[in-house]
Amino acid sequence: MDELLKLLRHNALETPKNLARMLNTTEAAVKAKIAEYERTGIIRGYQAVVNTDQLDVDLVRAVIEIKVTPEREGGFNRIAERVSKFPEVESVYLMSGTYDLMAFVAGRNLKDVAFFVSEKLATIEGIISTGTHFMLKTYKNNGVLMEAEKTDERLKVSP
Amino acid sequence: MSVSKSHPKPRRQPGDFIARHLLDIPRSGIRDFFEIVSTRKDVISLGIGEPDFVTPWHVREQAMFALEHGATTYTSNRGLIELRRAISAYVSKEFGVDYDPENEILITVGVSEALDIAIRAIIEPGDEVLYHEPCFVSYAPEIRFAHGIPVPVATSRENGFRLTRAMLEEKVTPKTKALLLNFPTNPTGATLTQADVNDIAAFAIEHDLIVITDEIYSELTYGGDRPSIAAVPGMKERTIFLHGFSKGWAMTGFRLGYACSPPELSEAMMKIHQYIMMCAPIVSQKAGIEALKTQADTAEMRASYEKRRNFLCAALNEMGIPCHVPQGAFYVFPYIGDYGLSSKDFALRLLDEENVACVPGSAFGACGEGYLRCCYATDIEEIKEATLRMARFVKKLKN
Repeated sequence: MDELLKLLRHNALETPKNLARMLNTTEAAVKAKIAEYERTGIIRGYQAVVNTDQLDVDLVRAVIEIKVTPEREGGFNRIAERVSKFPEVESVYLMSGTYDLMAFVAGRNLKDVAFFVSEKLATIEGIISTGTHFMLKTYKNNGVLMEAEKTDERLKVSP
Repeated sequence: MSVSKSHPKPRRQPGDFIARHLLDIPRSGIRDFFEIVSTRKDVISLGIGEPDFVTPWHVREQAMFALEHGATTYTSNRGLIELRRAISAYVSKEFGVDYDPENEILITVGVSEALDIAIRAIIEPGDEVLYHEPCFVSYAPEIRFAHGIPVPVATSRENGFRLTRAMLEEKVTPKTKALLLNFPTNPTGATLTQADVNDIAAFAIEHDLIVITDEIYSELTYGGDRPSIAAVPGMKERTIFLHGFSKGWAMTGFRLGYACSPPELSEAMMKIHQYIMMCAPIVSQKAGIEALKTQADTAEMRASYEKRRNFLCAALNEMGIPCHVPQGAFYVFPYIGDYGLSSKDFALRLLDEENVACVPGSAFGACGEGYLRCCYATDIEEIKEATLRMARFVKKLKN
């Protein structure tokens, strides 16, 4: 992967000036490259990594395993796209193994998510079965540790 | 029982027992500075000479596995043969020199031990040893422990702190026995080209010298070759090649290094090693075997250091502190001599006024005066904050 993308994936708020310094190039070149990534859709958005466990909000997340009957010509795509359209669904992946799609779903409470799965997802034609796993606690998200503080055991000055 | 009443000689105080040649050796300037820094809170330190990465997980996991399975014993003095074989293959592939794991490779407790026994194995009282400054703080003291005479060769920023044959020719005498090299260099990050290395090799051969080459920072060479003098034809037989796991693999605390040399020299070093150290810790040796299985770790760390180096050099130059872009190690060595302060005073005031710790260049030899050593093996966010503070500091100095 391009070094610029690596840096942005690590910290999307990094300034073009600092990016230019790190990559030994100019600010203008960095800005042009980012614009190109945005235009071509390689960069599809910028988001904060939030530790929702720390917030006093009603939020429940679940991972849903979905078995699907693939369709002639469309394969899994049509159903996957349909599942993706629900605002409750945060992410959808096509998987190898014992099920076909994996969806990350968020709702206000357990009942909300259960209702969404049984009423909206499971009833889609072509979906054979679903398996719901509620998430209890987030330790790491998008490469970011949610709780552990970074420690530095090193001496302050060493040879 | 009788008590003796008078002593013809005054009785010795504790300090009087200390060997005279040790008294003449100053403490490391880094240690002095460390003691000042350690009294302060919230310091951003660019003074740490070790990776900010933790040892790669698979290496740590292997060390734990080894412990679980009872790896708590001595090993052979030379070290585990499996590790020596892995080192032999690695050095052959990466540096182009073949060493026999049976009798040419010796596993040591860090390169520090390897350096010590290498010097002790070859230096007799009065032998002169050439080495380039600014340099790692241990070289001159270790030469003097062996009753040798350290002969520094000053390098400068004009040529990127490289060492040239002409500089060496000025300092060589009939008493010169050895040349000590450390490229990439702590604290300057300097590297040598293949042509430089060839010239220095020709110098060593012509003056019949042995070369000790400390290549601990070798994996941290950015964008280019890392020529080793040991690989130059005719040099293997007069070179002791030192390397280890501390920097490239972020394994400083494992204390694992090695010395490669012709069998006779290896045997001589082995003699000292077996009496003073017995062997390197077995857990570290097991970890070392695992570390050499992939080069992905070092490549990833190198890429990360390189960006931080670029950032720090750019930021320093922008704020008016001239800084060459070093091609190795994880240090930059900017010139601060235009601000009317000694490097020690500059470092102390920077610490006092902005809470940023950098090591004064003078800690690395007289010709380091006028410079600072800034290590970029620290979090990029800390480097950013440090450079903001330094910019504020030099602005104040200019006014």
